[in-house]
Amino acid sequence: MGNEALVVGALLANCRFYAGYPITPSSEIMNLMAKYLPLLDGVFIQMEDEIASILAIIGASLTGVRAMTATSGPGFSLMQEGLGYAVMTEVPIVLVDVMRAGPSTGQATKAAQGDVMQARWGRHGDQEVIVISPASAQEMLELTIHAFNLADKYRVPVILLPDEIVGHAEEIVNVPNEEDVFLYHRREPSSKDEPLFGGDGKKVAPFPVLGKGLNVLVTGSTHTEFGYRRTQDPETHRKLVFHLVNKIRNNRDDIVSYEIYGEDDANVGIVAYGSVFRAALESMKLAAKEGIKLKIFRPITLWPAPDIEIYNFSEGLDILIVPELNTKMYALEVERAVRGMVSVFSLNKIGGGIPIYPGEILSFIKKNMRR
Amino acid sequence: MTKNQDIIHPFIGKYLRKEVMPHGMCPGCGNMTIANALIRAIDKKFGSFEKFVFVSGIGCAAWIPSPHFLADTVHVLHGRAIPTATGIKLANPELNVIVISGDGDLAAIGGNHLFHAARRNIDIMVVLVNNFNYGMTGGQLAPTTPPEAKTITTPYGNIEEPFNLPALMVEAGANYVARWTIIHVLQLEKSFEKALEMEGFRFIEVLSPCTTRYVRMNLMSIEELLEHFKKNTINVKVASEEDIRSGKILVGEFIYRGREGYLSRYSKIKENALKIWRSKT
Repeated sequence: MGNEALVVGALLANCRFYAGYPITPSSEIMNLMAKYLPLLDGVFIQMEDEIASILAIIGASLTGVRAMTATSGPGFSLMQEGLGYAVMTEVPIVLVDVMRAGPSTGQATKAAQGDVMQARWGRHGDQEVIVISPASAQEMLELTIHAFNLADKYRVPVILLPDEIVGHAEEIVNVPNEEDVFLYHRREPSSKDEPLFGGDGKKVAPFPVLGKGLNVLVTGSTHTEFGYRRTQDPETHRKLVFHLVNKIRNNRDDIVSYEIYGEDDANVGIVAYGSVFRAALESMKLAAKEGIKLKIFRPITLWPAPDIEIYNFSEGLDILIVPELNTKMYALEVERAVRGMVSVFSLNKIGGGIPIYPGEILSFIKKNMRR
Repeated sequence: MTKNQDIIHPFIGKYLRKEVMPHGMCPGCGNMTIANALIRAIDKKFGSFEKFVFVSGIGCAAWIPSPHFLADTVHVLHGRAIPTATGIKLANPELNVIVISGDGDLAAIGGNHLFHAARRNIDIMVVLVNNFNYGMTGGQLAPTTPPEAKTITTPYGNIEEPFNLPALMVEAGANYVARWTIIHVLQLEKSFEKALEMEGFRFIEVLSPCTTRYVRMNLMSIEELLEHFKKNTINVKVASEEDIRSGKILVGEFIYRGREGYLSRYSKIKENALKIWRSKT
């Protein structure tokens, strides 16, 4: 199961702290963490709510431990303020949001992709986070390891955003050998004079681990590079916030990942992610039987968006289809990316956990090709 | 002649950051009196801030450690000091984790975390500075504001009953519960000393004047409030039912339990888990 593979990935990534609160369809992640972490000298704790969960993993991460939590829609909403705190204080954490149908309690057991924009924009204020979209049980394992590495490298929260179908996908998973897993290690300050926060928007400051005699000042208020609050000073704020967003924007080439399937000369393109990407792959086979050439762009990092790459992908296309399990979200970003070069058609489906079927994508393509 | 700035308190440079002195608390505020008692207790028992982490939320009391304490300080979101402290302590049990925050922060927006941390007996010490109102935001009603008191959001008097925090903490399962006012500095220091050497969840409430907001709004003087603390407090160990009925403020130690802390129980679980796992494989 996707959620189980994610746990294996997290443990291989040396995640040794989990705090969470039960919520469908992510609970299997917590259930397995409760079973395995005590065996690995790690910490598992079930908190009183999602707010407490995210703050507990931030606290744990401040001691240098890799920490994560998992949730779904309603819990993800509750975690937004904590996420903003992690952004501001540059504390690496990994958060999994197994997307279910909202708004509100919605359909707890049913798949959706309605949190795509919340993952990007859910916090107040200017900020950037990294959002990764796994599409298979195997990727739940691999991309979780990648998520921990990115979080540590850029001192930023990384959100894994599978939908319920991927979370509960029963598939064969190849587990890598422990020694083959690449782990990025957080850089710690080499002297007391080294700045601990902020920077020039390119390089990331070394991570101040608590309890090492650094006398660290951690605060979610606007702060200097040593953590002193400067809540009245425009320059400190400008510098800090531009650093927080630019360290992601300037390093987007290192962060952004995507896949392209199909033939270069295809005149129909699809941008799809998560479980819908799997359907899109199938639709490509169906289309080939009917003589329609398709190519697929599959963003692995939803945010920062692979916008330049989508623009390049759209060159020469007649139409670009964006199928999603929501009422049109990522299609907006795709429209922005292609800058009017190609007509973007949004295929949307919500409710009841019914996936977008490959045949549906194909008929949608045929309908819009005729226009 | 000695200049004023040459007279430096011995804590400055060792326990307090020189660059943030003089501190920005209002004249008459109890915050730094509490800091003094706590630092004296830590100095006596540990001799330094090494391996101490102070976690605070949002509000005046949250500024006691951040940025004043020359130690690791984590200044978090409003109400979330306790879950953050929980994460820090469980991830690195070597650290002494102390939460210092106000009544609004810990008992209103963070109330849920307070009760659950006490129930779990998490190995942290919580210092709740109760100034009966939200001082930093202009003196609004708090869950600790006495009945009939005026605040900026109860201009005609408070109709709500305040929380009796020590009683709640005793019921929730805290390992140690005490309450003092800032006129009880020596008793407070002793309580800190005692709590510092314990495991599990320790809760110390300190009643403290908010001179700028609460005291002024209720047409009192700071002297009157301190006098009130002096006359109307009675130690919980000697308080009669009549004292409680007449509305005396109970101070002292409410409970001293010798319960095992969360971490000690968790390490046993880890051992047990390994045993079960090995027997299966």
